[in-house]
Amino acid sequence: MLIKVKNPADVTENDVTDAQLFAQRRSFIRASGQIALGTALGTLFTPSIVDARGQPLKAKKNTRFNTSETLSSYQDVTSYNNFYEFGTAKEDPAINARHFKAQPWTVKVDGAVNKPGNYAFEDIINLNQLEERIYRFRCVEAWSMVVPWVGVSLASFINQFQPSSKAKYVEFTTLYDPKRMPGQNRAVLNWPYVEGLRMDEAMHPLSMMVVGLYGEVLPNQNGAPLRLMVPWKYGFKNIKSIVRIRFSEHQPKNTWQIAGPKEYGFYANVNPQVDHPRWSQKRERRLGEFLKRETLMFNGYADEVASLYQGMDLRKNF
Amino acid sequence: MVMLMKLLHFTKAWIYERIFNQMRNIVYWKLLLFALSLLPAVALVWMALQNQLGANPVEKLIHETGEWGLRFLLLTLAITPLRKKFSWNVLLKFRRMLGLFAFFYAFTHFAIYLSLEHFFDWQEILKDIAKRPYVTVGFVGIVILTVLAITSFNGIRRRLGKRWVVLHRSVYVAASCAVFHYLWLVKADILEPVIYAVIWLVLLAVRRQAKPTQQQSTLQARSQQV
Repeated sequence: MLIKVKNPADVTENDVTDAQLFAQRRSFIRASGQIALGTALGTLFTPSIVDARGQPLKAKKNTRFNTSETLSSYQDVTSYNNFYEFGTAKEDPAINARHFKAQPWTVKVDGAVNKPGNYAFEDIINLNQLEERIYRFRCVEAWSMVVPWVGVSLASFINQFQPSSKAKYVEFTTLYDPKRMPGQNRAVLNWPYVEGLRMDEAMHPLSMMVVGLYGEVLPNQNGAPLRLMVPWKYGFKNIKSIVRIRFSEHQPKNTWQIAGPKEYGFYANVNPQVDHPRWSQKRERRLGEFLKRETLMFNGYADEVASLYQGMDLRKNF
Repeated sequence: MVMLMKLLHFTKAWIYERIFNQMRNIVYWKLLLFALSLLPAVALVWMALQNQLGANPVEKLIHETGEWGLRFLLLTLAITPLRKKFSWNVLLKFRRMLGLFAFFYAFTHFAIYLSLEHFFDWQEILKDIAKRPYVTVGFVGIVILTVLAITSFNGIRRRLGKRWVVLHRSVYVAASCAVFHYLWLVKADILEPVIYAVIWLVLLAVRRQAKPTQQQSTLQARSQQV
């Protein structure tokens, strides 16, 4: 019999920075930004002011899968982003996505599904049904963070379109609009960005469709207005600014797999035993921490998801 | 006759003063270059103290020191072509300092890799160097730069004689190591390393150009003899 002594919900409330404190912090950051060293060294600086603060979202705390680890700061989560559609440097998205308009937003649903169509964001996301979950996030580049995401379970999101029995995989596509996403003007990746999940992965209770973080509307640089969150996989699986969802019988080719088939696979499960060809995946640097942490199998969600991959060679299916 | 002596005396004084002033000027220029070259390091330390290095300070430090090492390496290599092109021999006096700053930034980059990235886990570090080509070439580059820095002093230079010139030509190998190190570690966006690679290729081409002309001149000399 399993007895859980710790109540993760307590930790959650302690950890979330309250709004007033947060506001003070921002004014402090702004002030220190103003006394920053001269413009000659400007290129060395990372932006310390994030202007894309969204409106607050109401969300019930779902503590079922919560981690009790300390949250990464809002500043780190929103200023250190891999979102090549807005530039390849970590600080680029926070700057280049500042004027991005994420509303109105339409999502095209097609393929092996009973209710295909073009849906408005507000018709497929019920803002009264949102929940907050605190997940670990592990990037393939061996850094990690802990984020309070706001969204809905991916299973309930997908079920409203009634995928047919032919749906074995679900494929997601990011917006392609170089005028609004300046990073797409250069062929760094094969635009538009595509990601996919096996249907059982998508329907797993851990998988989320995210519309916010830290209790507010998702900042543009974090993938507004709609992004995936599959916490046991490397960060690049969590596709941002989704405009198309397609259900199919065949495994889709995801963008990073096309870019480097020896380095990035379809599954991309966090696995400390399988190195990236160019760096070790054994350890990770948690944002805000000095020492490195040991990376956990399936990013610490092995109890929940290991059964999905029973009998599979995870070295081949990386 | 007296007039001539006076003229000679004045010329001599004028020449001495010119040389003396020039030497003094060189010292000032050297000090200025030293301060400028140290500026990135000062800025990085200052930013670290102010918590301005962003969400991943160690990564930022590694990237910045590595890139500055590469920049100084290419600057050092640019000295000889510039000197020849504009017969601006004074430039030669700054070459060693630039080279030592290249070593300084590259070695800091390496030291951060050993300490803050791998926490002196030697087994892991050796595996990393042996297994991953971009780390291997980076390490080779560091070894070369270290040897060149150690043998950069006048005493050793004199003792090594002609061998010194041959040894220090390996700075071109170190530069190619640095360029490939950067090129091979990038995930998808190769624009920046390609820019450095192009500069490196231009510098190599300029050097290549200089050599055939020498050969040509000796050939010409021989043909004239015949």
